[in-house]
Amino acid sequence: MKKNSFWYRAYRLYYDGFRQMTLGRTLWLVIAVKLFIIFIILKLFFFPDFIGENAEKGQEADFVAKELFNHCETK
Amino acid sequence: MDNMMSLIDWARAQFALTAIYHWLFVPLTLGLGLIMSIMETKYYRSGDTFWKQTAQFWQRLFGINFAMGVATGIILEFEFGTNWSNYSWFVGDIFGAPLAIEGIVAFFMESTFVAVMYFGWEKVSRGFHLASTWLTTLGATISAWWILVANSWMQYPVGCAFNPDTMRNEMVSFLDVALSPFAVDKFCHTVISAWVIGAVFVVAVSSWYLLKKRAAERELALKSMRIGTIVGLIASIGAAITGDESAYKVAEVQPMKLAAMEALYNGGTDQSLTAVAWVNPFRQPDYQNEAEAPLRLAIPNGLSILATRTTHGFVPGVNDLLKGFTREDGTVELSAREKMERGRLAIQALADYRKAKADGADEATLQTLLTTLNENMPFFGYGFIKDEAELVPYIPVNFWAFRIMVGFGTLFILFFAYLLFLNWKQKGIFAPATFNSQLSTFSSTTLWVAIALLPCAYICSESGWLVAEFGRQPWTIQDMLPVSASVSDVGSAAVATTFWLFLVLFTALLAVEINIMLKQIKRGIAPA
Repeated sequence: MKKNSFWYRAYRLYYDGFRQMTLGRTLWLVIAVKLFIIFIILKLFFFPDFIGENAEKGQEADFVAKELFNHCETK
Repeated sequence: MDNMMSLIDWARAQFALTAIYHWLFVPLTLGLGLIMSIMETKYYRSGDTFWKQTAQFWQRLFGINFAMGVATGIILEFEFGTNWSNYSWFVGDIFGAPLAIEGIVAFFMESTFVAVMYFGWEKVSRGFHLASTWLTTLGATISAWWILVANSWMQYPVGCAFNPDTMRNEMVSFLDVALSPFAVDKFCHTVISAWVIGAVFVVAVSSWYLLKKRAAERELALKSMRIGTIVGLIASIGAAITGDESAYKVAEVQPMKLAAMEALYNGGTDQSLTAVAWVNPFRQPDYQNEAEAPLRLAIPNGLSILATRTTHGFVPGVNDLLKGFTREDGTVELSAREKMERGRLAIQALADYRKAKADGADEATLQTLLTTLNENMPFFGYGFIKDEAELVPYIPVNFWAFRIMVGFGTLFILFFAYLLFLNWKQKGIFAPATFNSQLSTFSSTTLWVAIALLPCAYICSESGWLVAEFGRQPWTIQDMLPVSASVSDVGSAAVATTFWLFLVLFTALLAVEINIMLKQIKRGIAPA
């Protein structure tokens, strides 16, 4: 890759930027821990797709209709 | 029933907790983004390395806030899918489209240019770097735009049509959704009020340096304070103007919210605007029997002007909205009972239509049911309401949160005007070269007040959201779907567990952020 090419310069921007980080290291650590908690722990174990888990594939509209009608005295 | 109420309360509490926490970071990102961009522009124009260091200092604080806030909003989307699945399905692509655009365009734009902003000081030209800084700020602002479009649609659903086969509202006009007047007002008010928080933050940090007599940061503090003051004054006046416009729009499309904000039980023409009154914060007032809130001090005709732009305009109160009334233009507003009846007709027609279609009924039958559904669709949500008292939001929260927001907003205008006056009195506000001599301009009391105003700015901002979100109860989508029908049938214990989990997580993250932020402020202008 030529050293004056856009892609090389973009690569160096990130490479040098990450290498020279000081405060940024702490911040990235916090971000990584946070993303792990949000996407691995919370999403997988605490926030399932309720309709996906309870409705049959292709029958989501019927499921939601039933759920909504359950909240109404009419039906 | 008790279990359902408990579930709704926990799901709402969890959503509120997440949204409030997320909103601690967003306004500072927007506000500080603007100010650091202005500072870098000064560097670009003058070539003075002082402004480069100053911009870098504020960009470090921006980065801390950005890092702590990033992705906290994602949790809200998880909650939609789990706790609010009926709502998520019901609004489908209308709510999803702005959020998707926000994720794809705005977030990536922000993320790309924030890297150039931090890593590119010695790698790209001054002009490109300045553009990256502004584009980072613009990306955050565009991000706010799409989120507020989604929120505004819930408060004022436009540009959509309900499809009874898919049980979803489908977008029929992207422009109506994206450029809804409610969204435009909300965006302007929210973003401008975020600039106030940025300004208050800059002035507070600068005041701390001045109080501590930090020689190395003296010039940074004084010049930052000056920019913060000018931005703060313009933004706080702008927030008042856009807030007035938002209130006008609320009067038009969410009159019950306005009545709750004002504790206006019985409306009429020539309505006065309540300055203060005694509304018990801990219980819903007896709006059916009380003429008005006790100990009320009001500005004559103020509410009529705010809500109708005329001194004599009719403003409906809670009881008018429940009992029904006739507007000045002759339009009849149905009573709550009539709306509930029409809503039940819509739901019944929808249920019958779906059953008839499944049973293979003829086209004429289906068409008759669809006609009934469409005629009553504007009242669909009312069909889920069991008691008309459910239609009245919790008045004390709306009343007091509105006054806290307006009170602090007024205080910011006065305080920034005072700071600007002090600057002007000393040397003239357009004399930056002489600004170093202005240290004595600010008394220690003034500086301490500036610091004390920082938490007030956050309370003010969060109060605005309390008004917006408590005021629209019981609706998730105005008139279309109440909270009680939006919630998933998940166990309340599960939601309660995640509520406490979030409380611990968010508190820990906030403590980490404040700790890193304070360390960085104490470190001062020296590179990290």
